[in-house]
Order: sequence, then structure tokens, then C-alpha cells
Amino acid sequence: MTTAMLDPPVKGQTFHPISFVRRTKNRVATSLFLTAFAIAMVPLVWVLWIVIQRGWYGVTRTGWWTRSLQGVLPEQFAGGIYHALYGTLVQAGVAAILAVPLGLMAAVYLVEYGTGPLARATTFMVDVLAGVPSIVAALFIFSLWIATLGFEQSAFAVALSLVLLMLPVVVRNTEEMLKLVPDELREASYALGVPKWITIVRIVVPTALPGIISGILLAIARVIGETAPVLVLVGYSRSINFDIFHGNMASLPLLIYTELTNPQHAGFLRIWGAALTLIIVVGVLNLLAAAATRILTARR
Amino acid sequence: MIEPDGPTPTHKVTRGGTGRLGDRLFKSVAIAAGSTIVIAIVLIAVFLLIRAVPSLRANTVNFFTSTEFNTHDASHLAFGIRDLFMVTVLSSVFALALAVPVSVGIAVFLTQYAPKRLARPFSAMVDLLAAVPSIIFGLWGIFVLAPKLQPFASWLNHTLGWLFLFKQGNVSLAGGGTIFTAGIVLAVMILPIITSVSREVFRQTPPAHIEAAQALGATKWEVVRMTVFPFGRSGVIAASMLGLGRALGETVAVLIILRAAAKAGHWSLFDGGYTFASKIASAAAEFSAPLPTGAYIAAGFVLFALTFIVNAAARAIAGGKVNG
Repeated sequence: MTTAMLDPPVKGQTFHPISFVRRTKNRVATSLFLTAFAIAMVPLVWVLWIVIQRGWYGVTRTGWWTRSLQGVLPEQFAGGIYHALYGTLVQAGVAAILAVPLGLMAAVYLVEYGTGPLARATTFMVDVLAGVPSIVAALFIFSLWIATLGFEQSAFAVALSLVLLMLPVVVRNTEEMLKLVPDELREASYALGVPKWITIVRIVVPTALPGIISGILLAIARVIGETAPVLVLVGYSRSINFDIFHGNMASLPLLIYTELTNPQHAGFLRIWGAALTLIIVVGVLNLLAAAATRILTARR
Repeated sequence: MIEPDGPTPTHKVTRGGTGRLGDRLFKSVAIAAGSTIVIAIVLIAVFLLIRAVPSLRANTVNFFTSTEFNTHDASHLAFGIRDLFMVTVLSSVFALALAVPVSVGIAVFLTQYAPKRLARPFSAMVDLLAAVPSIIFGLWGIFVLAPKLQPFASWLNHTLGWLFLFKQGNVSLAGGGTIFTAGIVLAVMILPIITSVSREVFRQTPPAHIEAAQALGATKWEVVRMTVFPFGRSGVIAASMLGLGRALGETVAVLIILRAAAKAGHWSLFDGGYTFASKIASAAAEFSAPLPTGAYIAAGFVLFALTFIVNAAARAIAGGKVNG
């Protein structure tokens, strides 16, 4: 057994400092990512600022929220957007009344019952529907409801096309929320002998309710500013029309689009005032969605 | 074990309680709701075709290669989609080219760089862009953005005019109603969808990959390049396709921004004209006679098919993992 001494190992530096090139690349990359975010904020702030700045005068006039444009001349800044606000809210509301039960049940089907080819087809078609442009949805309702079935242009036709646009949002969101409900809840309910459908209605859906409601509100916010369907499916009216099945009905986007051809300063004020009104409506819906989640979650 | 003389079960025990009347009814309703969606898509295709075919038969020019779109004379329809296709594809692809790098940058920033506490509000701010109605983007685009872009646009036209993309278009550059302006506005509009899908994919990068790269001494950028990007590539492609689908079908912002052109464009960003969607919307007030209306519905069907293909491709690439 030899006891020859080994040479002590030559120790290099344990840690190399990061080379200049790598450090620089890292810095450049970091600043580029930050810049990308900043770039996205520019249009957001810019658009909101312009709309508030130009629309403020309009929405703060007396009568803006309570009067229509009946009898108001193009060059005269008077009256308000009450008729258009009514149209916007009613069209989206009717669409929600039709789309929510349908979307909810479709999501229940996909999560609770969905197996086999029909479920796969439904999932696929929900994706397809999500990609259908609003103008195509409008043309479809035009071909079916107006050209084939012979109904007249009306706010209800607009609501029907909005249903198509809302459905995929409602289905997907509800699906996500139902999937979050733990299986233990369902199993506990079955173990007590509760039928499946009562389990779904009384246990599963209520558990997921805050998320479902907030999703519905966001879906409404998404379709409420849609312009393509109102261009195709209903005429513009300067006065109030409460009847959703007959006659022309204004809505905020349609009012903006119509006033674009008005070269007067009053037209300018009305366009941006209506734009700000639309932003306020969308903003309120978004806030309600956030509040729905918070309040309903806190309750339990 | 049931005793021989014990009570025999009076009804069949079934799996999942499907034997009960309430259950059967509820299940049927659920299935009906699911089927309604499938049927709706089929109906869209069928009804658009039913309305389009008579007009296509009456068409006097080639539907795919003509740049004309004249439906004033119902007895002599002449409509082709070549120019619509050019404007639609050019504006959407231009928007995509602008939006994808920015969106990917934002997604990386939100998932890898931003402090955990701020990531959520920052994401919400980007999502807010999606909440702004498109008509407002259109107003902003033509009245506010276009005048600001005008010097830059004419500079591009002067210095890069030899390239087909930047040569003199068929509408006035000073008005700003060009594909250039429309594309930039479209880019802003599709940015949130591309960002949110990419963000979700990047977030799923396995922490083990990231930690492995860090253990090898990678800088933050190298971590992103070696782990996050390769992992998220298919997701980003899918996100871009979804964004492209949105841009192809966007109607009113484009309708407000683009100026009508007297002659067909030649793939210049400074061309004007109509996209499929804006052409249909521009004529919507005159939808009364079936044959001219059918011409627009035919264009609508092409748009439907186009967005269908793009969206299906996005799903196929992502393997059904994306939501947007």
C-alpha cells in the first residue's frame, strides 16, 4: 500500500461572473418585455382619455339621459340618448334571457353528462361559434329570420344574433366554473340518495354561482357594444320605440354610426357623448361582475 | 345478501340514478341544449348557402377572381371577392405581425417578470382593452390616430415606396383611411386575446424546467428562451390564429376607418377599400331584393369559411387546450 501524496487539485474560480454579452442581452430582453406592456397601455389610456375628454360635455347636459332625439335638428345639440340607451339595454337583455338558460344547460350537459360523440361535437361547435364574426351571425339571422321566415327587421332579430355571440362565452365560462366544483360534493349528495338532477340544481350550480353570474355579466358587456348586428337587422329611429318586435329601434352603436354622417358640431358632440355612455355601460357591467364574485363568495 | 323471504326490491337499482323521471327529463333538456349549439352552426352554413346560391348562379363574372362588386342591377349581378380578400387578408396579417411580438412580450412580462402581487391587476388592464367596443376603436382610429400616423405613413411611403407594401395606394394618404391605419387599430383589438392565451400557456411552463435552467446558471432571459418559449410555442401559434380569426371578421372599426377606393388595390398598405365584413355592413341598409342581398351573403359565407378554417387550425395546433 503506497502512501504517495496526491497533488492538491488545482482550484479554478468557483463562480464565473456573467459575461458582459449575456448581461447585456438579459437587460435588453427585460426592457423589451417591459416596453411591450407599456405599448399595450398606450392605446388603452389614449382611447379612454379621448372618449372622456370629448364625451364629457354631452353626457353632463340635462336631458342626455332622459330625452330622445325626436324633433332635434342635426345641427342642434339638444335632446339625449335615452332612446338609444333603452335599445342597447333591451337588446342585450333579451339576448341574455335567451342565451343564459341555453348556455347554462349546455354547460351542465358538457360537464355532468357529456361523453361520446355528441359532447365532442358540442365542445367543437362552441369553439366554432366563438370564432364566428358578428357580421356572419347577423347575416345568418337575416337569412333565417327575415328572408326565410318573413319577419320584419326588429330589435328582436338583433337580440337573436346577440344570442349566438353570447352563447359560447356563457357556455365556456359556466363549464370552467362547474369543473371547479369538487367531486366530493357530488358524491356526498349521491350517497344521501339525492337524484343526480337535484344534485346539479341544488348543490353543483349554487356552488359555482358567483363565477357563473360574473361570467354572464361579462358576456353581456362583450355583446352590448356590437355594431354589426344592428346595422343589418334593425333600422335607426330618432325617437323611443318600446316594441322589440316591430319598427326601428336606436341603440348606442347605431346612433354613433348614424351621426357619423352629420358634419355639424352637434354630431361630433353626440358621437363622443354616446361613445362615453357606451363605455360607462360596459364599465358598470364589468364592475357588477367583479362585485358579484366578491359579494356572493363572501356570503358563504 | 337478501333473505329469501325478505322484501324484494320493487324497482331496479340503476347507475347514476338515470332511472328516475326527473333525471331523465333533466338529462334530455341538457342534451337538447348541447344539440342546439351543434344545430345552430349547421344552420348558419345551410342558410347562408341557401341564400347565396341563386345569386352565385346569376353572377355574370367569376366570383373568386373579379374585383368588381356591383349589385345595383339585380338582372346583371357582377360581384367578385378578389379585392375584398386582398384587403381582408392584408389588414389582418399586418395587424397580426404587429400584435404577436407585443403580446408575447406582455405575456412573458406578466408571467415571468411582474411581481406576483401586480401580475393580476396588470393582466386585468390588458383585458380591459378587449372590453372597449369596436366602434369606439374605429372612432379613435380614424379621428385621433390617423392624423397622428399621417407623417409616419408618408415617410414610409417616400423611403420604402419601392416595396409593394408601401407604394402609393388607391386612396389619399392624407385622409388616413388606409389598410395601414386599420391594421394598427386591429392590432390593438386582437392584442388582448393573443396576450391572454399566451399568458395561460406560459404560466403552465413546468417549474422543474425553469429551475433546471436556473441551476445551470442561466440568466432570466436565457430561462425564458430555453424553457418558456419552447414550451409555449404551439400555444402562441394557436393564440395568433385566434387573433387572426378576430381580425378577419372585425366589422365596424374597419368600416369606419377604410375609405372606399375607385379601383382595386394591389397589396399596398396604403390601399383603401372594403374587407368582407365591412362590405357587408356598408350595404346592410339596402338588403331588400333577394338577389343583390345574396351576393353579400355569398361574401359572408366565404368569411365564415375563412374564420372557420383559421379557428379550427388554432384548435388543432393547441390540441384543444386554449380558451379564447
